[in-house]
Amino acid sequence: MIRLSNVQKTYPARRGSEPHKALHGINLDIAAGEIVGVIGRSGAGKSTLIRCINLLENPTSGAVVVDGTDVTTLPKRDLPLFRRQLGMVFQHFNLLSSRTVYDNIALPLELAGASKAEIAAAVDPLLPLVGLDDKRDRYPAELSGGQKQRVGIARALSSNPKVLLCDEVTSALDPETTRQILTLLKDINKRLGLTMVVITHEMAVVKALCDRVAVMDGGVIVEEGEVAGIFAAPKHATTKSLLADEFIEFRAGTDANTADHNTDDNSSRQEG
Amino acid sequence: MFSTLAPIVLQATWETLYMVGVSLFLATALGLPLGVLLATSGRGELLEAPLFQKIIGPIVNATRSVPFIILAVAIIPFTRFVVGTSIGTSAAIVPLTVAAIPFIARIIEGAIREVDSGLTEAAQAMGARPLQVVTKVLLPEALPGIIHGLTLTAVTLIGYSAMVGAVGAGGLGDLGIRYGYQRFRPDVMAVVVVTLIVVVQAVQMFGDRLARKADKRNI
Repeated sequence: MIRLSNVQKTYPARRGSEPHKALHGINLDIAAGEIVGVIGRSGAGKSTLIRCINLLENPTSGAVVVDGTDVTTLPKRDLPLFRRQLGMVFQHFNLLSSRTVYDNIALPLELAGASKAEIAAAVDPLLPLVGLDDKRDRYPAELSGGQKQRVGIARALSSNPKVLLCDEVTSALDPETTRQILTLLKDINKRLGLTMVVITHEMAVVKALCDRVAVMDGGVIVEEGEVAGIFAAPKHATTKSLLADEFIEFRAGTDANTADHNTDDNSSRQEG
Repeated sequence: MFSTLAPIVLQATWETLYMVGVSLFLATALGLPLGVLLATSGRGELLEAPLFQKIIGPIVNATRSVPFIILAVAIIPFTRFVVGTSIGTSAAIVPLTVAAIPFIARIIEGAIREVDSGLTEAAQAMGARPLQVVTKVLLPEALPGIIHGLTLTAVTLIGYSAMVGAVGAGGLGDLGIRYGYQRFRPDVMAVVVVTLIVVVQAVQMFGDRLARKADKRNI
């Protein structure tokens, strides 16, 4: 579904600072319907990486193939059309304060020139899907963080995308809300068969949500594989230290402790 | 005495509102796109046009640094070209509009720059074209700030409109100068000042209420 080949991104030099190389040749394959996590510390390049997929950032070199097309070769005026195939969810929600929940979710369709009826047909079923039936005409200022992120997710889904890009979607939320949002995303992945790319700095998110994970450090992917395998036998120092942050018990080697640490919602992951 | 004064004051109030209203409308129509471009034409920004930024920025600043009374006199040939005369209330609209355009442009630029850049990014990720980002995201989100700014402009224009008596326009300021000051009629001066206070208060209250209504950030 998505293939990054040797993607590099260098930010040009600014006054007084050297050019900054954010991505040094990233190779990553993401199959349709898969949830792939990209984990790393701040500055590892993971946000740049996800923005190279929908070309919010233009890769300096390399190819980004989405659904068979190398999108880096698309002319600039075709980018809006391409981006409508990808939904994106943000850490700080990025909802329009001037629009109600309904109108926020409707925005991508409005931008695409959909009619009122088409918009209603797409948005109405999304409200119950994300559990916001009763908030339809509320403004973002009236919602909690978790509810705002549900709006963000519904908005990303409204244009019926094939891919959902999640950029630190739970980093501004408390643990309980995080769990609910991750459950929702997992559920959406199962129901709609959406491909998901999940950027995070928390191993708990990877564990709860992802099928595969790529660990980033200094603009390169240092380790990549099935989540279970990475958790069982982390090889790279960065992976080990990220695991140590989240699951101190894990290093002691007992799975029971991990489950305890992360409580109920992860039970579905334990089998995988 | 009051019965003879009332029609003059009413007439002058109407002239002031007419000058300010029309020039505010015209200046907004021209200043709004200018402000949008000032806010979005920088390098790497939405409607990237660095050359435009380099040329228009200094022009806006230059216009803003000329004292209004000098501007009003300096552009008399232009006023005559546009309206056909440089005297009268309609002629006063030209310098008022010219002075208000850069003022409004800067205010709108500021209000747009206040909008969280994450919203622009989100809109682009949704497939918004640059112009759609402006119309669907930046302007609606900046609306409370824009209304505040236009209210400020209206109040400033009421002040300026008192000066355009210099080019033969009417209005409350002109009435105050001619009757109150030059004819030594403190009663007229007092009525003019009170009327101006009332008008400014009313404009400010109306603007505040509109801005509050448009602002959904604190409900």
